[in-house]
Amino acid sequence: MIIPHPLLGPRDSQEFTYLGDANLIDRPDWQAEDAVDRFHDYLYLRDNPAGEHKELWFHEQGDRSWLVVTRNTLTHEIISAELARDVARTRGRSK
Amino acid sequence: MSQTNRIDGGLIDRARTLSFRFDGKTFQGHPGDTLASALLANGVRLMGRSFKYHRPRGPISAGSEEPNAIVELRSGARQEPNTRATTAELFEGLDARSQNRVGSLSFDLLAVNDLLSPFFAAGFYYKTFMWPKAFWEKLYEPMIRRAAGLGSLTGEPDPDVYDKGFVHCDLLIIGAGPAGLAAALTAGRAGADVILADEDFVLGGRLNAETFALGDDAGADWARAAVAELAAMPTVRLMPRTTVIGAFDHGIYGALERVSDHLPQPAQGKPRQTLWRIYAKRSLLCAGATERPIAFENNDRPGIMLASALRSYANRWAAVPGREVAIFTNNDDGHRTAADLLAKGIKVAAVIDNRKSDAPGTNRYEVLAGAQVIGSSGRLGLSSISVRLQGGETRTIACQALGVSGGWNPNVHLTCHQRGRPVWNEALAAFLPGGALPPGMTVAGAANGAMSTAGALASGAAEAVAALADLGFKARPADLPEAEDAPVRISPLFHVAGKGRAWLDQQNDVTVKDVKLAHQEGYRSVEHLKRYTTLGMATDQGKTANIGGLAVMAEMTGKSIPETGTTIFRPPYTPVAIGAFAGRSAGKDFRPVRQTPSHKWAAEQGAVFVEVGMWLRAQWFPRPGETHWRQSVDREVLATRKSVGICDVTTLGKVDVQGTDAAEFLNRIYANPFAKLAVGKVRYGLMLREDGMAMDDGTTARLAEDHFVLTTTTANAVGVYRHMEFCRQCLWPEMDVQVISTTEAWAQFSVAGPNARRLLQKIVDPAFDISNEAFPYMGCGEITVCGGLRARLFRISFSGELAYEIAVPTRYGDALVRRMVEVGREFDAIVYGTEALGVMRIEKGHAAGNELNGTTSALNLGMGGMVSKKKDAIGSTLSEREGMNRDDALTLVGFRPVNPAETFAAGSHFIAMGPEANAKNDQGYMTSVCFSPNLGHTIGLGFLKNGAARKGEVLRAVNPVQNVETLVEVVSAHFIDPEGDRLRA
Amino acid sequence: MHDLAALTPLGATAPKVDRIGAMTISEVTDRALASVSCRAGKSTPFQSAAKKLFGTGLPTPGHWADGATYGLIWTGPEQWFVEAPFGTHEDIARIVKEPLGDTASVTEQTDGWVRFDLAGKTAVDMLERLCPVPARRMKKGDATRSIIEHMGCFVICREPDHFSLIAPRSFAGSLRHALCAAARSVA
Repeated sequence: MIIPHPLLGPRDSQEFTYLGDANLIDRPDWQAEDAVDRFHDYLYLRDNPAGEHKELWFHEQGDRSWLVVTRNTLTHEIISAELARDVARTRGRSK
Repeated sequence: MSQTNRIDGGLIDRARTLSFRFDGKTFQGHPGDTLASALLANGVRLMGRSFKYHRPRGPISAGSEEPNAIVELRSGARQEPNTRATTAELFEGLDARSQNRVGSLSFDLLAVNDLLSPFFAAGFYYKTFMWPKAFWEKLYEPMIRRAAGLGSLTGEPDPDVYDKGFVHCDLLIIGAGPAGLAAALTAGRAGADVILADEDFVLGGRLNAETFALGDDAGADWARAAVAELAAMPTVRLMPRTTVIGAFDHGIYGALERVSDHLPQPAQGKPRQTLWRIYAKRSLLCAGATERPIAFENNDRPGIMLASALRSYANRWAAVPGREVAIFTNNDDGHRTAADLLAKGIKVAAVIDNRKSDAPGTNRYEVLAGAQVIGSSGRLGLSSISVRLQGGETRTIACQALGVSGGWNPNVHLTCHQRGRPVWNEALAAFLPGGALPPGMTVAGAANGAMSTAGALASGAAEAVAALADLGFKARPADLPEAEDAPVRISPLFHVAGKGRAWLDQQNDVTVKDVKLAHQEGYRSVEHLKRYTTLGMATDQGKTANIGGLAVMAEMTGKSIPETGTTIFRPPYTPVAIGAFAGRSAGKDFRPVRQTPSHKWAAEQGAVFVEVGMWLRAQWFPRPGETHWRQSVDREVLATRKSVGICDVTTLGKVDVQGTDAAEFLNRIYANPFAKLAVGKVRYGLMLREDGMAMDDGTTARLAEDHFVLTTTTANAVGVYRHMEFCRQCLWPEMDVQVISTTEAWAQFSVAGPNARRLLQKIVDPAFDISNEAFPYMGCGEITVCGGLRARLFRISFSGELAYEIAVPTRYGDALVRRMVEVGREFDAIVYGTEALGVMRIEKGHAAGNELNGTTSALNLGMGGMVSKKKDAIGSTLSEREGMNRDDALTLVGFRPVNPAETFAAGSHFIAMGPEANAKNDQGYMTSVCFSPNLGHTIGLGFLKNGAARKGEVLRAVNPVQNVETLVEVVSAHFIDPEGDRLRA
Repeated sequence: MHDLAALTPLGATAPKVDRIGAMTISEVTDRALASVSCRAGKSTPFQSAAKKLFGTGLPTPGHWADGATYGLIWTGPEQWFVEAPFGTHEDIARIVKEPLGDTASVTEQTDGWVRFDLAGKTAVDMLERLCPVPARRMKKGDATRSIIEHMGCFVICREPDHFSLIAPRSFAGSLRHALCAAARSVA
């Protein structure tokens, strides 16, 4: 596969390590009333779509960026790749 | 033997003669020959025995689709089974043998199988050898393996090397026939990066096998000129002898280049083959078409071949299987072969054309319109055929060769590699590329149904223009010569009705009857048919067979071919040696090794090394007289605890953490607090996964307010760094924290034992006070050694002794260890390896990889209290889950044998005295075991239910694998210095 | 001055040079190396401090640039490697950190790496047998990290027939073996 790196252009997927669902960015608030339940859902209850899926890839043999790659799990088509840090900021994560 | 069947012409170099051997006999051929063409030229038609029935077989094709002429090449370690004589390039001294025979090729003892053929029909494996079950392994399988099958492996290691390669291009053109050459000229002239790959050793495809002209030139001459022009273009890369074997995701293609297979052996240092990974923005499949046979009774006799193959051998290789030939065809192309052979002076006995009124008439040879070949005869080779004439009467025609033309199948294989499904074309009576092609791929020429030369040229040029337009190139179609543009005229015929065996798949010995039997037994889907009869499942993947099988199936079900459907193809297009997939990763080069800074010195000391991940670490350092590893390890442990020992610990991961938020970042990735760690201090940290399980542990030193150095275990260095980047980039993107690995920048040594400080004081520069008061336990600092070399010193201990770790820039690591050994001589300092390191940490009760095994929590490790509930840290929330905090949770404790003479093994499970040793009564398991030279008996660490409260209890350590049990007593995990006095000394 | 002798990454007292076919493969040990990362929110002061110190603008992703004394290689978002002569800059991290102050995090990297320079007309042919980067399309000024035989490796194009490879130091022996094998393959 080829991952279209937002900074470095097309790169062979053998340079990357795969993690999984990009919802791992949305780590729950540890001080919430129901924190244990939220963390449980965050960690264990993920969608497994047949189709477009946002996933986390790490450019381990490259620039060490984490990417959010939108990939169609049926056709393997890659729709987009963004820096995970930018996605995290957009999703409101800060310090 | 002379080349009796060599005729005039051809693309062979007659100026040079090559000698080669086949089944021990010596023959002559010429450069440009294949093994098959040279054998045919020498009058050899019989080249192999069939898979199941051991029937005599000769080549039916002149290319990679060959099912029959499968031979062993070379001998000794380079012996290679199952190669196609039709593609093996002839070289001086080539040694080839026929395979799958017992006795000689002309008298195969197992030809008796042919007489037993009723027992070997479709599904015979499943039927015949079902019972009794015990017979399978001992009797049936060895028998089948001997009787059926192909060539044999040498059993010796492969002496050759294989390369991998990576190339990038705008347009990959697969196949260098007329379509591919026209496309390459078009794209090359536009300045695009082009790769033109072809499995043949001469580019040009069928232009080299045909006699018709392109403009004023012979086809082969036009091809040669086109190749010369392309070779001169800087952006075009020609790759002959290169088979594109698969179309993978996102424009990645696999291609196997046979770099040295046409040589007696590869030149020094050169690969035998290179497996290329081609990154193509667009690809154009110009793979041409493959002729298909028509099945009739005994259609597998040597001398019966595809009509186009007969033509190729005559035109390109100047070889014929006999001087008297006949043609059996259902389309106009068969007549081309007749005309070409006639022009070469070969007698054409007759052309049997299945078509009645459509068969073209000619006065140059006899045309038997509306006739069919119904049988053949000749021992070990064709001598005559039987023909049923249009009127029904039978005629026997003498011939040594029969060319069969059942029409042409476009080579759609690569279009199917991402589940594209070919579609039936009625006019061509063939499947064309269809469905979802691999993204970026288009198809031109005969592969896409443009069956004439003019059509192929034009479509190659046009598709190249279209593909390049997508990439922003303005290409103009290459100016193309006039060429034949005959339409396809065909009347489909796949098999001739008859009672005897008519072969569909000659490599797997599948007949029309087998397909009918499968149908009779209820198989309807083509996928099931394929697997039950093994049609198309041999090394040729049914390139000449599949469609015949489909047609018979369609006939049986009363459906059309498109209704019956087709199987699709997967990579590789042709077989690939496993060595090519391995590349250079073979033997001791299987993966790279990482050497520690003291490697050279350790090797000089005779250290025994062990692989830890990719690292090579010294395991122990044997001394003269030590004959068993335990002697060395016990000595290293005792000497360290008595005085001082030195160990290279560079392999532990080191991560530099800086930034104004560095302390808070560490506070979040470790379960225990880090925010208040003072500058100049080190703290142990337990890192959890988000699910609360231990991920890693290590020490972190605070070198400055905004600067930390964290260590990881050797095994987890890569994973921990990745996790830290995940936390930094994905969870807390606004934190001011920067991380980078410095594992290899510093050579780090542990100096442990009561005399550790005294040894270090001899190398640490006097400006730095490392007394216990000035540099207490868990202190750290930047110092200089040996007269000014910058270094880092950490007072940490894994062994439980007074210990330090000292780090210097890696280039000085070798000199430092030598210096420390030298100055340590007065203390009887020793060096120790990973085994002694392991023994000492078990004696001290430190958890390591065996305990941090991915299923253990902080509580299990006896560190539940360390998990701070006052801060957010990875894993802290889910550590609170009820199931992880049960009263009977496993906790880490120590074990010793009740009888000190007894021993036990890691992995043993704890069972109380009395109950049966089963999973229900399981109380926990042993994780680490060693012999403690300090205590004089075996000791162990393990996880026991509610273990902390069970000290003194006696249990059974059960090892069901070796069927042994040992009585063990639960003790503290800290076998040595439980109060920690030595650490702080 | 201390009295400890240095070893090269290949474990010798002097750097090794292999000449195979048209290629010269040289172990390079006379460069000091540090990583420099811009701190959060300090982009503007960092860039001006860096420009002043290094004498060149910061290279963009996939590139390197040279100043008079320093060379810079982009290694990741907001992160660069700084090269300088070892003889004058052995303590490069301290030398670089001082003028950059709190705009950057600086980490010594000199001995974390081994560098091999490939020079010769088959350099690209060699790289095509080692590495998935499009070596043939690389120009002077291009630099990227990729993978060679399982080893992470920076590929730096000095000239179209001159590349520097920088890989973790402990891999020196294995990397040299892979480079020599590829050089023989294309010789």
